[in-house]
Amino acid sequence: MSILLGRSPDRRPPEAAPAHTGSRTTRILGALTLAGLVGLGLCAFIFSPPDSRPGPEAGTRIGQFDAVRLMYVHLPAAIWTYVALGTCAMASAVYLWRRSAWWDRLAHACAEIGVVLCAVTLITGMIWGRPVWGTWWEWGDVRVVTTLVLFLVYAGYLAMRSVPAAPEARARRASILGLGGAVLIPIVNRSVEWWENRTLHQQSTLEELRIEDLTLFTLVLGILVMGLLSLWLAVHRFRVAWLEAEAESAGLEAALAERRAEAGAGAEGSSP
Amino acid sequence: MESAVWLRDAVCCRGRFPALAGVDLDVAEGEILLLRGPNGAGKTTLLRLLAGLATLDGGQGTVLGCDLRSDRRALRPQVGLLGHDLMLYEDLTVAENLRFFAALAGASEAESRAALERLEVAPRLADVSLRRLSAGQRKRVAAACLAVRRPRLWLLDEPHAGLDESGRGAVNRLVRDAAGRGATVVLASHETPAASAVATRTIQLVGGIVTRRASGSPAAVAPTEQVSDA
Amino acid sequence: MREVLLVAAKDLRIESRSRVLLFQVAPFAVATLVLLGFALDADRSALRHFSPGLFWVAVLLTALLAAQRSVAVEHAGRAADALLLSATSPARIFAGKALALAAQLAALELLMGVAMVVLYDARVEHFGLAVASAAAATVGIAAAGTLYGVLAAPMGVRETLLPVLLLPVFAPVLIGATRAFGDALGTAAVNGWAWFGLLGLFALVYAVFGALAYGPLLEAEA
Repeated sequence: MSILLGRSPDRRPPEAAPAHTGSRTTRILGALTLAGLVGLGLCAFIFSPPDSRPGPEAGTRIGQFDAVRLMYVHLPAAIWTYVALGTCAMASAVYLWRRSAWWDRLAHACAEIGVVLCAVTLITGMIWGRPVWGTWWEWGDVRVVTTLVLFLVYAGYLAMRSVPAAPEARARRASILGLGGAVLIPIVNRSVEWWENRTLHQQSTLEELRIEDLTLFTLVLGILVMGLLSLWLAVHRFRVAWLEAEAESAGLEAALAERRAEAGAGAEGSSP
Repeated sequence: MESAVWLRDAVCCRGRFPALAGVDLDVAEGEILLLRGPNGAGKTTLLRLLAGLATLDGGQGTVLGCDLRSDRRALRPQVGLLGHDLMLYEDLTVAENLRFFAALAGASEAESRAALERLEVAPRLADVSLRRLSAGQRKRVAAACLAVRRPRLWLLDEPHAGLDESGRGAVNRLVRDAAGRGATVVLASHETPAASAVATRTIQLVGGIVTRRASGSPAAVAPTEQVSDA
Repeated sequence: MREVLLVAAKDLRIESRSRVLLFQVAPFAVATLVLLGFALDADRSALRHFSPGLFWVAVLLTALLAAQRSVAVEHAGRAADALLLSATSPARIFAGKALALAAQLAALELLMGVAMVVLYDARVEHFGLAVASAAAATVGIAAAGTLYGVLAAPMGVRETLLPVLLLPVFAPVLIGATRAFGDALGTAAVNGWAWFGLLGLFALVYAVFGALAYGPLLEAEA
C-alpha cells in the first residue's frame, strides 16, 4: 500500500515477509558457529595446556594455570563488544544523516549484542581476576573501568529503547544516545587512564604468557568463533526487528480500516 | 487563489493509533475553515499535522508551500497554534510570557500591548502570574501570544471553549482581521454558533477522514444562530 | 546571542518566581553532604581527605534534580512546542537553557562549597584552580544535563530514565573535578590544571554535541 511504503521506503512489500528469521545464509552461519564452538571448547579445555612456567625458586611453578582458559572467551568477547558497540554508534550516525529505518534497526541489534558481550567480558574478567590478580575488581585498571562505563551507557541506551514511543521519535532519540556513547567513551578512557596512572592489565598478554602454538591458535579461534556467533545473533536480531515493524504496520492497516469504518458509521449517524 | 493547505490521503498516527486515516484537504489562502466532528475524530491531530508538529505517516501534504515530509522546519515559524495546552509558562506573568514570545518573534513591546488590548485582557492583569488566572483569561493571553507572532496560518483548537461572550467576540475579530490581512485560518470548534459566525467554509471530520465537504456558506451546515461580535 | 540570553533569562525568571531550586534542591544538596558525613563516620581527617569527591558526588546528584526541573519547565503546558514553532534555532534554545542551568548550578555549588568548608573542615589552598575547574565542570554538567534531559523528557518515565542515562556520562566529570579539587584543596598531589583541561574538553565536546543534537531531539518530541 502506498501509505505504508511512504512510512519507510526501505521496506520490502509485505508478501516477502518470512515466517521466521532463518535463511540459508544464517543456517550455514549457524552451523559454522556451532562447529566452531565445539572446536573452541575442545581446544580451550582439553588440548591447550595450562599457563605455568618455572618460578624464581627451584621447584615452584608460577603462571595463570587453568585460569588462562578464560582468556579464550574473555578476549574475544571484549574485542567484539567494541566492534558491536562501535557499529551501533556508526549506524546511529548514519541514521541521523539518512533517516532510514534500516540503520536504526542495525544500531538496535548491535547494541543488544554489544551489551550482552560486554557483560560476558566483565564477568569472565572478574572471575579471572580473582585468582590471578587476587581481586574481583581492580579500580586501577583503565580498560576494566572504561568497559564498565561503556556497559552502563549502552544499558541506558537499551533502557531508553524499551520505553514505548512512536518509532521515528524513538529512533531519533536512540541515535543521539548511541552516538553520545561513542563521544563519551574516549573521554572516560582518557580520564581513567590519568586517574590511576598504573595499569594491571596485561599490556601484552601474548608476550607474558608462555605462548605455545596451540594457545595462540585457540585464542585466534576464539576470536573467530565469537565473531561468527555475534554475526549470527546480529542477523537474527535485525530480522526480528524488521518483522516487528512489519507486524506493526500490518496492525496499522487493520487499525486504518477500523478507523475508516468508524468514519462511515459516524457520517451516516450525523447526517441531517 | 494560492492553496495554503494541500493534503492527499494524509495518515497521521498517535502511537499505533491512526488518528488521521487518509485526509484529503484543500484550503485556499485567506480562507477561514471550520473543522467539525465528534470527540476523537482527529481534529487536534490534523491541526498539529498542519503546524508541522506531528509527522506525516502516509500520503502527501504541503502547507504554505512547505512539504510536510521534508520541510517542516521552514513551515513551523510561519504557523501559529492555539492548542488545548496553552504553551505558556505558568510561573511567569502575563506580560512576561507575552514579552518572551514577542521577542523571539521579533515583535515590539507596543505590539504585544496592543494584542492584549485586542483580547480585552485588563491591564491590571499584566503583572499577575499566569497560574492565578482563570482558564478563560489564560486562553485570551495565549491568543494574544499567537497574534503578536503574525503567523501566515492560524490553527485554533477550540478557541472559543471556556471563553465568555466578549471573549468569543474578541477571538472572532482577531480571526477576521488575520484573514483580512491574507492569513489562512483553520479552527476546530464545538461552539458551533460562535465558530460558524466567522467561518467561510465548514468540513466534517469523523473517524480520521473528511466525511463531508460543505463548501460555501456555513449556514447550510450549521445552525443559523449568529453571535454578536460586540 | 540575543535569543540565547532571552531563553536563559526566561528560565532564571521562572526560578525566581517558583523558587523550586531554592526551597527544594538546595536543601537536598546540603542534606546529601550531611549524609555523606555520616557515611564516613564524621571522621574529621577522613572527611577532609575525601571532601573533593564527596562534594562532587553531591553536586552531580543535585545536578540531576536541577536538570529535571529545567526540562519540566518546558513540558508543563507544552511550552516546548511553542519554542519549536518559534523561528529560534534549536542550538540557541539549547545554549540558553544550558546557560541558565549552569548559572543555577553555580549558585548551588557556592552554597555547597561553604557547607563543605564548614562540615568537612576543607581548606581551599588554590582558589583560582578551584574556581576555574568548578566553572569548567559546571558548563559540562549543564550541557550534558540539558541534552540528556530533553532526551528523556517526553517519555513519562523521566524521573527514572534520566539518572540512568546521565550518571555514566558524569563519570569523567566526577573523576576530573575530584582530582582538580584534590589539588586545589591540597588533599592530593596531582597537577590540577591538567584536570582542568580535561573538564574543559568535556564541556566543549558536550556543548557542541548538544547544540547539534538538540534540534532532532526537540522535533522527536512533537
